[in-house]
Amino acid sequence: MAATDLPIPRFPEPDTEAFWEATKNHELKYQVCDDCGGIVWHPRRHCTHCTSLNLSWKSSKGEGTVYTFSIVRQNYFPAFRERIPYVIAWIDLDEGFRMLSNVVGIDDATTVHCGQRVRVEWLDQDGLALPAFTPA
Amino acid sequence: MATQTRDAAIVGIYEYPLRKTPGMSPLQIKAESAGKALDDAGLTWKDVDAIYDAGDGAAGGMGGLSIAEYFNIKPKVIDTTAVGGSSYEFHASHAKRDIAAGHASVALLTYGSTAHSQSMNIGTGGRGMGGGPASPVGNMEMSWGMTLISNYAMVANRHMHEYGTTSEQLAEVSVTTRFHAMRNPEAKQAMVDLELLPGAREITIEDVLESRMIANPLHLLESCIISDGGGAVVIASADVARNTKKTPVWILGAGEATKYPENDGDVTTSAGAQSAPVAFGEAGVTPDEMDIAMVYDSFTITVLTLLEDLGFCKKGEGGSFVEGGRLRYDREGAPALNTDGGGLSSNHPGMRGLFLLTEATRQLRGESSSQVPDARLAVAHGNGGMLGSRHSGSTIILGRD
Repeated sequence: MAATDLPIPRFPEPDTEAFWEATKNHELKYQVCDDCGGIVWHPRRHCTHCTSLNLSWKSSKGEGTVYTFSIVRQNYFPAFRERIPYVIAWIDLDEGFRMLSNVVGIDDATTVHCGQRVRVEWLDQDGLALPAFTPA
Repeated sequence: MATQTRDAAIVGIYEYPLRKTPGMSPLQIKAESAGKALDDAGLTWKDVDAIYDAGDGAAGGMGGLSIAEYFNIKPKVIDTTAVGGSSYEFHASHAKRDIAAGHASVALLTYGSTAHSQSMNIGTGGRGMGGGPASPVGNMEMSWGMTLISNYAMVANRHMHEYGTTSEQLAEVSVTTRFHAMRNPEAKQAMVDLELLPGAREITIEDVLESRMIANPLHLLESCIISDGGGAVVIASADVARNTKKTPVWILGAGEATKYPENDGDVTTSAGAQSAPVAFGEAGVTPDEMDIAMVYDSFTITVLTLLEDLGFCKKGEGGSFVEGGRLRYDREGAPALNTDGGGLSSNHPGMRGLFLLTEATRQLRGESSSQVPDARLAVAHGNGGMLGSRHSGSTIILGRD
């Protein structure tokens, strides 16, 4: 891993392993409870709405909206210092889950705004893919 | 008011005066502070039968063991609740509960940190970012560079989007706390020792807006300082409090809560919205009766959000609530905010919740450097962790006879 690579998930980590496995095929997966229909995010073994252990993985279209964001202008971690200024954001996916990510592929970070439509943009690194987002 | 109980009172306080403590360990700061807080109460080590400490600064992850031995105390109650900067409000809440239940009579709360001397990059990442053992949340969030300040900045951006809050309104919080800090000799010395910008002087809204942007929309002067420091608080039963040296400051109400990201969650509402009604309800008082509001000021947006959640104004109205220096100690019609100078301008060694209790106590004793005349009721609200994702909140209502 080069100093400029983003930090990536570490394994074994049983709750999130299947999510990251799917990213290798650029699939954005989330969990739905077979018994109550609730969406579980972040990934877990159990349903956080009822007490079921019967969860199924679904594929998201990777389209959503910026719930909120910030333009990061100071970070001493080498990989992030390299990317300054970069945009950190909570993204509301259309299927109903909210994930943390970056908004990438923009010339001017100050154009990012709450309510902006975005779609997933995969960043391949170290054998898996990180789901960033770019303006739709 | 008829149901208000007076089971436990703050009877001793000490705030470590220095913000740079080269050569000192967190344990030494805790012990010196504990001894002086006991002196303040007229008590000694042997009177203490309950210890509350976040377990920081101890080796081996067994802070409760280390601190009891270090103090040479064999307590009947040990509580090492560690939920970030609000841990000390949780500790006060638990001490009140434990004393009311008869499990303890003298509780000692301690805090010590050398965050500044260790050059901790608390707010803006560092070489350790993305470190620690694998966890579900870590695996989903570690790749995106969410610094502490950018997490809070995301709350500010959403608050601005939903309610039209402005950077000028946020800056009011920094201006008011700096105004109070300039009246506090220890805070003033801190500005010199820590070389705070723009020097040891009052600041204006323009100063705040012209300071460096760290994570939009939050500027440098909207961020708490990183200092060394610590302190201690002694909480005693009504029986003990009758014979201590200073006016007892009663813990009238307490509430605790946590919050975390949810798929349809509102990032502009904190755990305080859950803890505050419990605390005010137990105390039988309302926010508009508060003379003093000690509100965790890690960043300006923290204060704005918490003032709303504490019930001082409606959600979204925090910006206009703080405008025009309304929360200065010498203005009427609103509570005095963070009269010691707060984390923004006095001290923030990483977890400053203990100082919310010490300054609230000084106000109710009449000992503050920005004293509100005849202050009778105070609220101390700690927020620990990250306001824009997972955090804890605890509300303590304090009053004197």
